[in-house]
Amino acid sequence: MTTKYIGKPASRVDGLEKVTGKARYSADFKVEGLTYGFIVSSSIAKGKITGIDSSRALALDGVLQVFTHENVRNLPWFKLRYTDLDAPSGTPFRPFYDNTIRFSMQPVALVIAETFELARYASSLIKVDYEEETHTSSLYQNISKSFKAPKGKIGYVPPKSRGNADAAYEDAAFKIQAEYKHSAEHHNPMELFSTTAIWDNEKLTVYDKTQGVSNCQFYIGNVFGLAYKDVRIISPYVGGAFGSGLRPQHQLFMAVLAALELKRPVKVGLTRQQMFSFGHRPATLQKLALSASPEGTLESVRHEAYSETSQFENYTEVIVNWSATMYACENVELKYELVKLDTFTPLDMRAPGAVTGVHAMESAMDELAYTLKMDPLIFRLKNYTDEDQVNEKPFSSKELVACYREGAEKFGWAARNVEPRSMRDGKNLVGWGVATAAWDANQMPSRAKALLSIDGKLVVSSGTSDIGTGTYTIMTQIAAEILGIAIENVTFKLGDTNLPLAPLEGGSWTAASVGSAVKTVCEDVRKILLKHAVKTKASPFYNYDPNKLQIDSGEIFDPNDSSKGISVTEIMRLAGVNSIEETSTSGPNPLVGRKYTMNSHAAVFAEVKVDEDLGTVDVTRVVCAVAAGKILNPKTARSQILGGVVWGISKALEEESKLDHQYGRFMNHNLSEYHVPVNKDINDIEVIFVEEKDDIVNPLGVKGVGEIGIIGVAGAIANAVFHATGVRVRNLPITMDKVLQIAEDDRNQVAV
Amino acid sequence: MNSFSYNKVTEVAEAVADLTGHANARFIAGGTNLLDLMKENVARPDHLTDINKLALTAIEETEDGGLSLGALATNADTAWNELVERKYPLLSQAILAGASPQLRNMATNGGNLFQRTRCYYFYDTATACNKREPGSGCSAINGINRIHAILGTSEHCIATHPSDMCVALAALDAKVNVTGPYGDRVIEFRDFHRLPGDTPHLDNNVQDGELVTSIELPPSNFTQHFHYLKVRERQSYAFALVSVAAALELDGNTIKDIRLALGGVAHKPWRDCSCEEAFIGQEATEANFRALAEMILADAKGYGSNTFKIELAKRAIVRAFSEALKNN
Ligand SMILES: Cc1cc2nc3c(=O)[nH]c(=O)nc-3n(C[C@H](O)[C@H](O)[C@H](O)COP(=O)(O)OP(=O)(O)OC[C@H]3O[C@@H](n4cnc5c(N)ncnc54)[C@H](O)[C@@H]3O)c2cc1C
Ligand code: SF4
Repeated sequence: MTTKYIGKPASRVDGLEKVTGKARYSADFKVEGLTYGFIVSSSIAKGKITGIDSSRALALDGVLQVFTHENVRNLPWFKLRYTDLDAPSGTPFRPFYDNTIRFSMQPVALVIAETFELARYASSLIKVDYEEETHTSSLYQNISKSFKAPKGKIGYVPPKSRGNADAAYEDAAFKIQAEYKHSAEHHNPMELFSTTAIWDNEKLTVYDKTQGVSNCQFYIGNVFGLAYKDVRIISPYVGGAFGSGLRPQHQLFMAVLAALELKRPVKVGLTRQQMFSFGHRPATLQKLALSASPEGTLESVRHEAYSETSQFENYTEVIVNWSATMYACENVELKYELVKLDTFTPLDMRAPGAVTGVHAMESAMDELAYTLKMDPLIFRLKNYTDEDQVNEKPFSSKELVACYREGAEKFGWAARNVEPRSMRDGKNLVGWGVATAAWDANQMPSRAKALLSIDGKLVVSSGTSDIGTGTYTIMTQIAAEILGIAIENVTFKLGDTNLPLAPLEGGSWTAASVGSAVKTVCEDVRKILLKHAVKTKASPFYNYDPNKLQIDSGEIFDPNDSSKGISVTEIMRLAGVNSIEETSTSGPNPLVGRKYTMNSHAAVFAEVKVDEDLGTVDVTRVVCAVAAGKILNPKTARSQILGGVVWGISKALEEESKLDHQYGRFMNHNLSEYHVPVNKDINDIEVIFVEEKDDIVNPLGVKGVGEIGIIGVAGAIANAVFHATGVRVRNLPITMDKVLQIAEDDRNQVAV
Repeated sequence: MNSFSYNKVTEVAEAVADLTGHANARFIAGGTNLLDLMKENVARPDHLTDINKLALTAIEETEDGGLSLGALATNADTAWNELVERKYPLLSQAILAGASPQLRNMATNGGNLFQRTRCYYFYDTATACNKREPGSGCSAINGINRIHAILGTSEHCIATHPSDMCVALAALDAKVNVTGPYGDRVIEFRDFHRLPGDTPHLDNNVQDGELVTSIELPPSNFTQHFHYLKVRERQSYAFALVSVAAALELDGNTIKDIRLALGGVAHKPWRDCSCEEAFIGQEATEANFRALAEMILADAKGYGSNTFKIELAKRAIVRAFSEALKNN
C-alpha cells in the first residue's frame, strides 16, 4: 500500500507550540484568585508525628491554611478508595491519614498562601516533632526476608519455570554464575509535577501532569466522594514522565483537598527534591546461572531477582520472565521475590523490569559465550528461537535475525577480535559488545471520536496523553491517511476526561491502542461520506458501488474513471449534513492473543573506549536495530529510540539514586548530583528499523517503540566494557572505581 | 525563602558599608550558588548587597608582569581573556572544566572562591551537618561519601571545596585582595581556604564584611607545560571527583620548577610545597610523577565510598603531568 502520511517522517504537529512557549503545561494555567500550596516533607523515614506547630506560618498575612493529619477529616478510611488504576496490591498511601510516617519525604503538611513565595517561606516555619522508629532501607541486607511476589498489578505476569535447570546446570560442560546489582533510579522528567484545581461548588476542574487523565478522575472521584462526571482532568502537554505520571502523585491530592476546603483555586507543585518522594525504579539483586553444551547450546537458565517494595504495597514488574523467552532453552528456573523497605512504593519506569532483567541476562549470556570461546553474536544466533517456549506459541512476527544482521553490518561487528583487551586507541582500551532486547507489543481497548465539519476540518480526539512521544503527531497522520484528507485539516485532541476513554499512556501500547481506535473511527466517517456520495442524487457517484470509490486530499474519486470527482465538503453540502460525528471503540482481538505471542525486538551494538589508567568509559558508538512492526513515523520513532539509547547509556554508566541508610532517604535529590548524560557523553547513535510486517498484532501492524530502545543498551555497554578491559562490572552504574577495581564497597565484581 | 532587603551598590566603600547593621547580610554576585542555598533554606540572609555594578571587572597586567583579575569579572570572561589564555593557560583550562557555559557566564571570580561544598547533607536541612549547623554532627562520615575528602579531613567534616578555578589559583600562587571595615589586606591563596578542623562552618579566612576586590597572579613560566585534568562521572556539568592542576618548567628533561594542586580531595585546594621541592632537579619521568603522587597522598584517608579516590588521584597526577609534558 502506498501511503501519504502513515510511515512518513512528519514533524511534530505540536512542535511550533512547544518551541514558542505557547504549549501550556500543568503549571502554566492561570486562573483568577489562584492560591499556592507548598508541601512540607517528613525528615524521617519511619515513626510517628508527635506534634505539628503551624502557628508561626498561620500568623503570616496571606497564609490561608495549613493542612495536616490533625485537621484533615472527612476523608475515607477505606483503603480501596485510594486504589488507582495502576496501583499494585496493598494499601495505597493515604496523605494526612494519620500520624504515621511510612517513608522519608512523606508529605506531612500543606501550606496554602496567596503567593508561592509566601507559601514556601511559611512552610519553613512549620515545626514537626517526630518519634523516630528504626527504619529498614537496605535491600541487600534484607534479602533473607524476601517473599514471593504476589499478583495484583496490571501487566505483571508471574514467572513460569520449565524442565530442570539445576540438574542441567550440574551436568553441563560450560557454565557461569553471577550476581548483578541495580540501584534505585528516579524518573526525573524535566517538568516537575504540578496541579491546579478549581472548584466551582458543583464541578471540579483539574489541570494535572499525568499519563492518564481518567486514572486521576477515578482517584479524585473516589477519594473525595465526587461523581466522576463532576471531575474533569485536563492535561494537554506533559514535559516527560517516563512512567512517573502513571499514578496520581502527591500534589494532585493536595491541590484538590485545598481547593475543596478553601473554595479557592489552588496550585500545588513538587520541588525537584520532592520528585524523590514517590515512586522509583526499584533497587534489585539478581542471581543468574547459565550453562551450555560444548557446541554452544544453551542448556539451562536460572534467574532469580530480589526487588524492593514499600511496606504498604507490593510493587511487581516483569524482571526475570524475559530470560525464559529470549532464547531457546529446555531448562529454565525463575524466581522473583520482594523485600519490604521503609521507602515509597516503586513505580514503572520506562521498560520496567526488562531494563533490569535483560541487562543481567545479556551480561550472563556474554559471560557464557566467553567461557565457550564463542563470538557472543554467534552464540545468540545459535540459541535463537521462533517460539515463545513459556506459552508454547509462535510469535506474531519476529525479525530479530534481521536486527542482528543489519545491526552487525552497520557496526562492522565482523571485524571484531573475540579476545578482551585486544583493541586499543592510545591510552584507551576499545571494546565492542552486543545485546538483545525484547518488549511486549500490547493493545488495550480504546475509544476515539471524529468530528468532520462542513468546512472540511476534522477533529479527532481521545483521552490519551502525549508525554513527548509524539502521540499528537501520529494520531493526526493516521486520521489524515484513513479519511483521505490533507494533514493540515486534521487536529487531534487529547488529555481531557471530556474526551473518549483511553488507557493509561504506558507500556508502549498507545500507538497500537489509540491508533487503532482512531483508524476505526475514521473508517466509520469515511463510510458515511461514501454513503452520501452514492445516495445523494446530485452526486456524480449516485448509485455507485461505494467500495469502488476512494478519498484523497479531500476529494472523492473513482480510480478507474478520472472524469468525475467531488470534494468531501461538497458532498456534505449536497447531502445536507453540517457535520459527521462518530465515536468508535477498538480493542485487542482475544483470539489472536491466545494463538500468538506479540513482542518487539532489538539488537544493540556498542563501542566503548575505556581510559586504561583512569577507568572512565566513553560510549563512542551505538547501533540499535529495531523490529517493531510498522513504523508510523520514522522521525518520531527514531527520536524514541535515540532517547532510549541515551537513557540506556545513562543507566549503564551514570544513573543512581543514592539512598542513605542512616536516614532512609535519597540524598542526591537534585539534577546537579543525580547524573544523567550531558551532550558531551553522547556520540554516534545509529537507529535502524528493520522491515517487519505483522498483520496479526493489530489492524495497524504497529508494536510501539517507546521502550524497546532502552532495554538492550546497558547489557551491550557492560559487555563492551568487558571486551575492552577484561573486567566484568556487574553492579550498575559502571563507574571508574569499579572498572579499575579500586572501589572498596564492590565485592561482587570479579575479574576474569 | 525568607524575606530580605536588597540594595544595589556602585562603589566599593558603599558595598562594605551596606553590610553593617544587618544581622546576616551577604554580598550577591552572580548568585549561582547563593540563590540555590537560599532556596534550600541553607543560607538565610536578611539583607543582600548586590555588588554586580562595582567597577571590579578588569583583567589587567600588574607592574611586576603578573595579572590582576577583577572579583566581578565573570568566569567566562576570565577564561577566554586573551591575557589569561596566553600567560596562565592552566587557569583558563581549569575554569572551562567547571560548571556549564550558562553558569560560567553568570559566575564571578569572587563568587567562585566562596562557593560552598556540594556535600549532599549540607544541602538537605533534614540531616545533620556540622557545616550547616555546628554541633549537629557529620552525616557524611558514615553516609554517602563518594564525593568527599581524603586529605585534611577532621572528625567533624569531610567535605570538599568544589571549585576548579581555585585549584589552578592555588597552583599558580595567587593572592587575594580584600577590603573591609578594617581596611585592605592581601591573603595568600594557601591561607585563603581553611581545613575543617573543629570549625567546619568556616570555609575560609575572610572576615565578616570583607569584600574580595581582585585576585592577583604573580609572573610565572608555566605557559608550556601545564595541564588541568578533571576526573568525573560525566564529561561536563559535574564536579570533580579528583582534579589535578599540574605545571612544569623544564630544563631539557630536568624539572626546574613544578606545581601540583589537587581538587575534589580536601576542604581546600590541596597543595604541598615540600612535595614539589623534593622533585626540583629531578627528571620528568612517569616514575617520578608516581613518586610525587605517592608523597602528596601519603596521609590520605578514605571513608568507604570515597577510598578509591586515593588511587584515582595518584593516577590522575601521573596522567596530568604526562599531558603537561606533551604541550609545547
Ligand atoms: C549546577 C552547578 C554546577 C557547577 N559546577 C561547577 C564546577 O564544575 N566547578 C566549579 O568550579 N564550579 C561549579 N559551579 C559553581 C560555580 O562556579 C559557582 O556557583 C560560582 O563560581 C559562584 O559565583 P557567583 O558569582 O555566582 O557567586 P554568588 O552565588 O553570587 O555568591 C557566592 C558567595 O560568595 C560571596 N561573594 C561573592 N562575591 C564576593 C566578593 N567579591 N567578595 C566577598 N564575597 C563574595 C557571596 O556573598 C556568596 O556567599 C557549579 C554551580 C552549579 C549551580
Ligand atoms: S562532610 Fe561537612 S558538609 Fe558534609 S555533612 Fe559532614 S559536616 Fe556537613
